[in-house]
Amino acid sequence: MKQPDLTPESGSGSIPAPLQEPVLARLERAGIRKGADWLVRGVDLTVSPGEIVTLIGPNGSGKSTTAKMALGILKPSEGRASRRPGLKVGYVPQKLAIDWTLPLSVQRFLRLTNPLTDAQCRDALEQTGAVRLMNSEMRTLSGGELQRVMLARAIARHPDLLVLDEPVQGVDYAGEIAIYDLISEIRGSLGCGILMISHDIHIVMAAADQIVCLNGHVCCRGTPSDVSKSDSYRALFGARAGTALAVYEHHHDHVHLPDGQVRHADGSLCSDCPGDHHDHAAEAHGDSANGHVTDTTGRDDAGKRKDLGNAG
Amino acid sequence: MTPANAKISAMLDDFFTRAVVAAIGVALVAGPLGCFVIWRRMAYFGDTLSHAALLGVALSLLLQINTTLAVAGVSVIVAVLLLFLRRSDTLSSDALLGLLSHSALALGLVCLAFMTWVRVDLLGLLFGDILAVTRMDIAMIYGGGGLVLCVLALIWRRLFAATVSPDLAAGEGLEPDRTDLVFMVLTAVVIAISLKIIGALLITALLIIPAAAARRLSSTPEQMAVVAALTGSASAVGGLYASLHYDTPSGPSIVVAAMVLFAVSLVPGGVIVRRMVSKTRGDRP
Repeated sequence: MKQPDLTPESGSGSIPAPLQEPVLARLERAGIRKGADWLVRGVDLTVSPGEIVTLIGPNGSGKSTTAKMALGILKPSEGRASRRPGLKVGYVPQKLAIDWTLPLSVQRFLRLTNPLTDAQCRDALEQTGAVRLMNSEMRTLSGGELQRVMLARAIARHPDLLVLDEPVQGVDYAGEIAIYDLISEIRGSLGCGILMISHDIHIVMAAADQIVCLNGHVCCRGTPSDVSKSDSYRALFGARAGTALAVYEHHHDHVHLPDGQVRHADGSLCSDCPGDHHDHAAEAHGDSANGHVTDTTGRDDAGKRKDLGNAG
Repeated sequence: MTPANAKISAMLDDFFTRAVVAAIGVALVAGPLGCFVIWRRMAYFGDTLSHAALLGVALSLLLQINTTLAVAGVSVIVAVLLLFLRRSDTLSSDALLGLLSHSALALGLVCLAFMTWVRVDLLGLLFGDILAVTRMDIAMIYGGGGLVLCVLALIWRRLFAATVSPDLAAGEGLEPDRTDLVFMVLTAVVIAISLKIIGALLITALLIIPAAAARRLSSTPEQMAVVAALTGSASAVGGLYASLHYDTPSGPSIVVAAMVLFAVSLVPGGVIVRRMVSKTRGDRP
């Protein structure tokens, strides 16, 4: 069985103050442990109506786990996860494993959790550019088509909170920009809060209100700068991936070892993460972007950053 | 007693008619439930519950209680145990199923062997026995089966969403854990009522094969459930007649009939049936 948790929950015993603003979902020092390892720990997060919060981080950094905690799919092993009562969620999971024996048309999939008219189905699919797939079988869809259909299903619900786990994986470049535009548009038209996981930092910078970078814990957070939205930024960093990475790249000063320990840059080990120790505004990195991209030698986490870049 | 009732009553005096009526009842319930079993890739789970049924039989003999109730009870306990063990992440799901399945089967056989004072037709338990079907069994099958279908219709939407994606269903507030539990209990009940006709070793086949045969003939999930129920009934009738004619055990005969129907659904001729089915039923969910 699991060991008793010796770390006291932060804020336990105190009565939570009434919410000032109508926060949709909130995580307070929340973490999930699997066996002896923490998948993610000490995450603070709020999503408010009309706000886009984006989770970024290397593979295995706990992004999906964090989103699942916020949704209530996973119960936090420590800390608190709360949602506004009666919250209507639209969720685009990272993966969908449908058995080939299940006959499921796109239309039927759109109606999975709520009844929709044909017109509503068509409208939602039109928004995500997938209307020609209306009568297709789900298992014949390509990766990009599946993403568009899943997004259409989530927005057709008119949710209060939209949770998108890598919504553009497998989508072609032009489609990707269209989908991110659509996400910003939905935020405006539905007024919903959006919690998004993305590798595509370039576009994340353009759309997010708040960026939370995870690496087993919250390693930094910040608002994307005006710089990233400006035309000069686009002109400079128009090409994606590598250059976009530069804008929000930063130096991780410690590594998470397989046994759960943390090794710092100076070689010292400890059992827990020090927490938010390099908060920064995005523009600081934007200024020194080129230096970050080229100067990857001698860093303990170069491999992880490479992952991040490749995925984007 | 009305003349119609009297006629039915007279018909049920014949053991073979009783067996046919019972087998059709079982197949009608097993079809729709079996669809979920294959959609959710839970075939081995069905096997585990049906092997545990033998333990239920042993207990019913020991405690002198109704066999169907005892089997349903033991199956439900095994199902809940499975759900519980799976959450604790001790063993892989697959290994866990194998462990429970064969432990329950072995435990049941050992218990039966210990009870030297009762004579048990082991072959009948394992492979089904059409001679053993009583009016009480028929009442159990139609009562229990009707209840299972009603509950299945009630939870259909939630169960279907949880089948397509448990995370999605959980994220959008459909509480798939509760639905899963209900589904497991329904499966346990179906296994309990099918035991006499099909036998403990082959019950899963009646869940899976008609559903698999229905796959290629259906374009919506609901249609597939109906076609599976019909395919299952056809194999039940065909299998029982063959069993009577060739003096073969009822369970295997029904399963062989279902397998033949599955093979038929694969051949190009199935395309014609498929067209006919989709034409008459339309493609709307």
